[in-house]
Amino acid sequence: MYRYDEFDTRLVQERVEQFRRQTGRRLNGEMNEDQFLPLRLMNGVYLQLHAYMLRINVPYGAMRSRQIRQLAHIARTYDKGYGHFTTRQNMQFNWIQLKDVANAQADLAEVEMHCIQSSGNCIRNTTSDQYAGVAKDEIEDPRVYCEIIRQWSTLHPEFSYLPRKFKIAVTGSPNDRAAVALHDIGLRMHLNKNGEPGFEVLVGGGQGRTPFVAKTIRDWLPPEHLLSYLEAILRVYNLDGRRDNKWKARIKILVHQTGTKEFRRLVDTEWDKIRDSALKLPQAEIDRINAYFAPPDYESLDDAGETIAAWRADNANFDAWVRANVAEHKIPGYSIVNISLKSANQPPGDMTAAQMDAFADLADEYSFGELRVNHRQNLVLADVEQLRLRELWEKLRALDLATPNIGRVSDMIVCPGLDYCSLANARSIPIAEEINKRFSDMDRVHDIGELTINISGCMNACGHHHVGHIGILGVDKRGKEFYQFTLGGSSDQTASLGDRTGPGFPADKAVDAVETILNTYIEIRNDGECFLDTYRRAGLAPFKEALYGNP
Amino acid sequence: MIIANTLADGFVVFLTADNGWTHDIADGAVAETDAAADAMLLTAKQAERDCVVIDPNLIPVEIVDGRPQPTEYREYIRANGPSVPTPS
Ligand code: HEM
Ligand code: SF4
Repeated sequence: MYRYDEFDTRLVQERVEQFRRQTGRRLNGEMNEDQFLPLRLMNGVYLQLHAYMLRINVPYGAMRSRQIRQLAHIARTYDKGYGHFTTRQNMQFNWIQLKDVANAQADLAEVEMHCIQSSGNCIRNTTSDQYAGVAKDEIEDPRVYCEIIRQWSTLHPEFSYLPRKFKIAVTGSPNDRAAVALHDIGLRMHLNKNGEPGFEVLVGGGQGRTPFVAKTIRDWLPPEHLLSYLEAILRVYNLDGRRDNKWKARIKILVHQTGTKEFRRLVDTEWDKIRDSALKLPQAEIDRINAYFAPPDYESLDDAGETIAAWRADNANFDAWVRANVAEHKIPGYSIVNISLKSANQPPGDMTAAQMDAFADLADEYSFGELRVNHRQNLVLADVEQLRLRELWEKLRALDLATPNIGRVSDMIVCPGLDYCSLANARSIPIAEEINKRFSDMDRVHDIGELTINISGCMNACGHHHVGHIGILGVDKRGKEFYQFTLGGSSDQTASLGDRTGPGFPADKAVDAVETILNTYIEIRNDGECFLDTYRRAGLAPFKEALYGNP
Repeated sequence: MIIANTLADGFVVFLTADNGWTHDIADGAVAETDAAADAMLLTAKQAERDCVVIDPNLIPVEIVDGRPQPTEYREYIRANGPSVPTPS
């Protein structure tokens, strides 16, 4: 993994001390809230319903064990003993006190973490594939390019006051696990016809109140031009993006209003001026960053498929867990283990300090001291020996971290909603809890099969509802919580936005509606079809009829 | 009632009858008239300028089992904390 060099270290430490002085001036009355707000946002501090919230970057979702241990320490020392992993692969603490923020940030700096650019109208944490470096289908490790983008975009003077926030996602695999088409810029690695790797560049994806799937503006970009091309896109956006209306300020609106062809032309014109500038990436620089992501010292092992099969035959719970949570690794004898943060006992994405500490120990013991966060608010141990899967599973079970539901009905993306968020119209977590309760029979869960339910508490769509196979959006209808449904959304390489079913349902009927939708799917599915397949074949009509009857 | 967040810790507070701030809604002052509400809001805005609280707002309440409670569900959650148990 990447390690800070002297510049990173100094930059982060200086920033902590600068923010310490700024909070001091705010607390002693030298600054009012209007003056302080942009400063605190630049340092990841929001004010939520009940308290301040601190958002901590986890660059491209990758962490070392000592980093999650430090998050546990922060949860215990400055917060209420737990934290929340978000769809942006970051961590949020919900009860941080302003007077403690600088101390918490100083503790973070000790383990090479920070909150810089975790909010505000700048380039945010670049997100990526949680299977980076270990996926069988991977062309190249996307973390290398994420790190290059991180270094380029951190405190980039030209892009510190963009029209609106800016999110970049990178995948090195054709199977998109990072939802790149739903980002301001998505980078998807492909081989060209000569077999050379390069990036398909997608622009203008996003959710919020006007969702768009990103458009491809370049089929194949050689990696050496990555930064100059990104810079060209950002320049066009910085100049032409709207600043008069917050809701029309994202690049998706610019791309939509300008048209993909014209937008591409504008970018290319800008790019021509800078493509051979200092932004051109020499191979030596790519290699230098690549070295940070060198594979760990794998043992040379045989595939242990037969032993695993015997264990699975012997224990139905282990079998269910392997089926849902364990993925293939590119190295024989190793597996990727997904850890669900969607147990029935805790809000989705939440983790207690005790779980974090214990999990750090497991990462040390079973996965070379590293872990990842994915955009579905789960964790990953990327390098587990197959023959140690069973003992790891036992230990995860003891921590309530072995729910066998990855990619299943109860593995929902859920935003904090009105239980925490000041922008919310409705609660999300209680709906998720109710779904988890209703779908607790694992046979039924596995019969329903692959499914994503995504829940947001308002139009901002932090819970990715537009791209859930089933999307649930909380709205306020005359002072009551209502939930609208969309069906058929997807965030993978076949990204699509869901279709609205019709009027929303009150809180006490929302989960009945989920049942109706799933019962309809089970009734009409063909052999081997998952929910999304059935929806794409049969369309909205049968679901609409089941939900609202025949008009 | 006036609801706000304290500046230093960010936690939710209510204006009291003696122009102080309390975390317990039961100790907060309830304005019975528009004039009383306006006066409370002025006091709260001054406290905001004095860097004691942020974002003070006047919210409607009703008395439930002898305690004032916000009538709007957003403010109800804000006053009473998350409606789901916090992990421990
Ligand atoms: C609790 C404090 C939060 C606030 C105030 C907040 C605010 C917002 C706003 C205003 C937007 C819409 C931006 C736009 O369309 O221009 C947004 C989008 C988004 N937020 Fe949040 N959010 C919060 C928490 C979260 C959490 C907890 C997550 C992850 C679970 C998250 C992930 C996202 C994502 C993925 C988007 C959407 C997509 C996009 O870029 O359009 N946010 N957020
Ligand atoms: S979707 Fe709305 S309610 Fe949910 S976290 Fe985002 S802003 Fe808050």
